[in-house]
Amino acid sequence: MARMKFICDANRCIECNGCVTACKNANDVPWGVNRRRVVTLNDGVPGERSVSVACMHCSDAPCMAVCPVDCFVRSEDGVVLHDKDQCIGCGYCLYACPFGAPQFPQAGAFGVRGKMDKCTFCQGGPGKGSEDEQYAKYGQNRIAQGKLPLCAEMCSTKALLAGDGEVIANIFRERVTVRGKGSEVIGWATAYGAPKGGAAPAAAPEGKK
Amino acid sequence: MMRTPGRLGLVLGVLVCAVGLSACGEKKVTSYEPGKYSGAPIAAPWDSPQFGGKKAEWEAALQARTQGQNEYSHQPAR
Repeated sequence: MARMKFICDANRCIECNGCVTACKNANDVPWGVNRRRVVTLNDGVPGERSVSVACMHCSDAPCMAVCPVDCFVRSEDGVVLHDKDQCIGCGYCLYACPFGAPQFPQAGAFGVRGKMDKCTFCQGGPGKGSEDEQYAKYGQNRIAQGKLPLCAEMCSTKALLAGDGEVIANIFRERVTVRGKGSEVIGWATAYGAPKGGAAPAAAPEGKK
Repeated sequence: MMRTPGRLGLVLGVLVCAVGLSACGEKKVTSYEPGKYSGAPIAAPWDSPQFGGKKAEWEAALQARTQGQNEYSHQPAR
C-alpha cells in the first residue's frame, strides 16, 4: 500500500507560489489560512533556496500524539486527517508540529480560534456528509478521483512531488543523479545533455563570442 | 395588590430556571475516549463513484499519475 508523501526539490523551486495559489483556489481556503506556503532561506542572497511547506503527513505525527480529543486519524494510504466535528480548536497541534502546518481560522469577533485546518493531501476528510458539506469542511477529494494534490500537479518546475513515498523518492534520486551536484546542477550538459562520447561542448571561437 | 409583584417574581424565577436548565437536556454531539480515535470513519478512496471499490484500478491510476511527474520517463534516453 502506498504511503503518501510530499518532496520539495529546493534546487528547482522558483518561489512562484503557484502551489499556494492552487491549494487556496482548489479548496476555497478561508482568509488567513494557508495550508501550504513557500519558505525562502537567505532571501535575496545569491544561492537562496525556497521550499514549499505544508503538512508532511508524518508517519509518527506529533499532532496526533498531543491532540487531547484524539481527532486525528491516519488513512490507509498514510495521509494524516482530522475530524473537524471532534476538534475543539485548542491549538496543541500547532505547537507540536515542526512544520507549522495546523492553521486556525478566526471564528468570532474577538479573534476566537476556530477549528483547525490543514492540508488533507486533497483527500477530503472523515465522515460521509453530502459532497458540498465535505467540500466546505475539508476541500476537494482528488485522491478518490485517482489524481494527486493540486499543488504538486500545478508546480511549473515539478519541484513539488506528491504521491507514494517510494516512487517520488526514486524520481528525486534519478534527478539528482542526472543533474549532478555543485556547478553541474546548472549548465550546458544539464540543459541540453552531454554530447555523445562524453566530451565537453566545443568552446566558441574567440571572435564569435 | 401587594401579592402581584411576588407572584410575578415567582413566575419569572420559574421561567429563568426553565430556560437555564434547558441546556442540560441538549444531546451530546461528540463522545471522547482517551487514546482512541472516535471521529467519523474515513471512506477508502477507491470507494468512489469513479472506481466503484476497485482498489487495483485506483492504485494503477495513482501510480501512473505519480510516475507522470518524472520528466525523464517521457524523454528520450540521454
